[in-house]
Amino acid sequence: MLKLGVPSKGRLMEKTFDWFGARGVGLRKSGSDREYAGAVEGFDGIELVLLSAGEIPRELASGNIHLGVTGSDLVREKIPNWDTRLTELAPMGFGGADLVIAVPQAWVDVATLDDLDAAAAAFRKTHGFRMRIATKYHRLVREFLREQGVADYQLVDSQGATEGTVKNETAEAIADITSTGETLRANGLKILDDGLIHASQATLFRGRRKDWTAEQRATLKALVEVLKL
Amino acid sequence: MPTSAATREEARRLRNLFAAKGALVIKADVLQPAETLLDLYGEDIRARSYLTSDPLRGEMVLRPDFTVPVVQMHMESYADPARYTYSGKVFRKQEHDETRANEYVQVGYEVFDGQNPAAADAEVFAAIAEGLSGLPVRAATGDIGILMAAVRGLRTTDDRKAALLRHIWRPQRFRALLKRFGSAAVPPARAALLAADDPFANAGPDIGLRARTEVAARIAALRADAAAPPIATEEIALIDAILGLRETAPNVLSALRDIVVDMPAIADAVKRLEARLAALGSRGVEVETLEFEGSYGRTSLEYYDGFVFGFYATDRPELPPVATGGRYDALTARLGQGRAVPAVGGVIRPDLALELL
Repeated sequence: MLKLGVPSKGRLMEKTFDWFGARGVGLRKSGSDREYAGAVEGFDGIELVLLSAGEIPRELASGNIHLGVTGSDLVREKIPNWDTRLTELAPMGFGGADLVIAVPQAWVDVATLDDLDAAAAAFRKTHGFRMRIATKYHRLVREFLREQGVADYQLVDSQGATEGTVKNETAEAIADITSTGETLRANGLKILDDGLIHASQATLFRGRRKDWTAEQRATLKALVEVLKL
Repeated sequence: MPTSAATREEARRLRNLFAAKGALVIKADVLQPAETLLDLYGEDIRARSYLTSDPLRGEMVLRPDFTVPVVQMHMESYADPARYTYSGKVFRKQEHDETRANEYVQVGYEVFDGQNPAAADAEVFAAIAEGLSGLPVRAATGDIGILMAAVRGLRTTDDRKAALLRHIWRPQRFRALLKRFGSAAVPPARAALLAADDPFANAGPDIGLRARTEVAARIAALRADAAAPPIATEEIALIDAILGLRETAPNVLSALRDIVVDMPAIADAVKRLEARLAALGSRGVEVETLEFEGSYGRTSLEYYDGFVFGFYATDRPELPPVATGGRYDALTARLGQGRAVPAVGGVIRPDLALELL
């Protein structure tokens, strides 16, 4: 059997079911609504595993599941050297969100990363500590800022309500996921012109193929044909 | 991974070699207070450091290297001159390459001596070279001090020089800044900001620690910058010439002497290089074939601000450098709260040295 990991609830799950359904592979939750068990119709050899979207990258990397649907941002954040371990089979065209750097609208002098870097240098001199950027995407943000040559900042961890950290003075800027930018604006923040770190969308990934059986490989080949990937 | 007996023995041999040169054997705590250390090193090392918290001592870190604890120890002792050696593990997370060790032994030799920096540079380089003698390694050298002197000598505003100096270790941002300072064009968003009657007209709510006065101060700085003439093309070409140097040390010295004619500001730094090469020669280093790169050391730790060097396995390009070192005067100034002691040091990784046998 090939294990296919799919987000266990919400719009991401429904959209994933729709995406597979439109390609002739029926996925559905089995049993009661509270149960995280799934069933596959119209295709043999696949077992549906319902998981939290955040756990799917790890399960793919460890080989516990063979295929998985999750955000491309989560894979890049959670798996070191993700592209040597996982393969993107198909971007799925939904669940789109951008990981961006945002600063207070009141910072009229800051429109670009170049400005952010200069402001960070001055901030450190004035306040005696590095400018704090709140995020839960530490790896992606750090690699981006390293490539862009931004200095004098520190990342502070924020697992939720990140937009509020500036107002609460636990951070000066944030790096977070947004689809329309509405929440950012409502919290007095704006996106830097060149502050797009990653444009994420739901993506079908294939995990490490090292220990796959011939049967599993054949199943994947058949699935790729049915899904027209 | 436990250190092999062979690595421990090689580490002891190296430490004894350095001790025989008059270095005091010192030890440092494995757990270090995180704040000072990580504030100096920045986000990159923070990301690669093993952080933990202690209920009484606050945030602690498994030492990512020995330099800061050694400098702190030295600053308390007031000995001058002083030589130290140590041997112990350092810890760094490997985010990209799982084949690289995340804990490994470093054996170091550090010299605090303000009397004759060129001699101290040569002493450290020669000691490290001696520790690696017989191994198939090649040395690469550079001098961050020359680039810093060139930036300080530019005919432009102090703010621009400070911005460039801050990014010596980030080649891409350095390049972008140099390009912007070399052009009269102002980016459109900035031009609009500077042209506005009231730059705060559409500003949102004042939130966060960065106050409106700080924003206003930066706008004033941007205004001053927009009024400053661009850095001359000829001066930028000289910086490029320095960064592009990649030759044997004597040829580089000769090329730098040509550059001094147009950029007298680097004359002292070039004299220091000359004195260092002479000192290296008198210590038996083959200066004629020594490699020198104008941009060497720019992607390493930020605290090196003069002579920099590394030893690389000749036939194993995939290995990290077997030894690295350099001068870190600015670090001692920052840690010494105004009291600076010129310092230069180097470390060898005995585990890598053994792989080359």
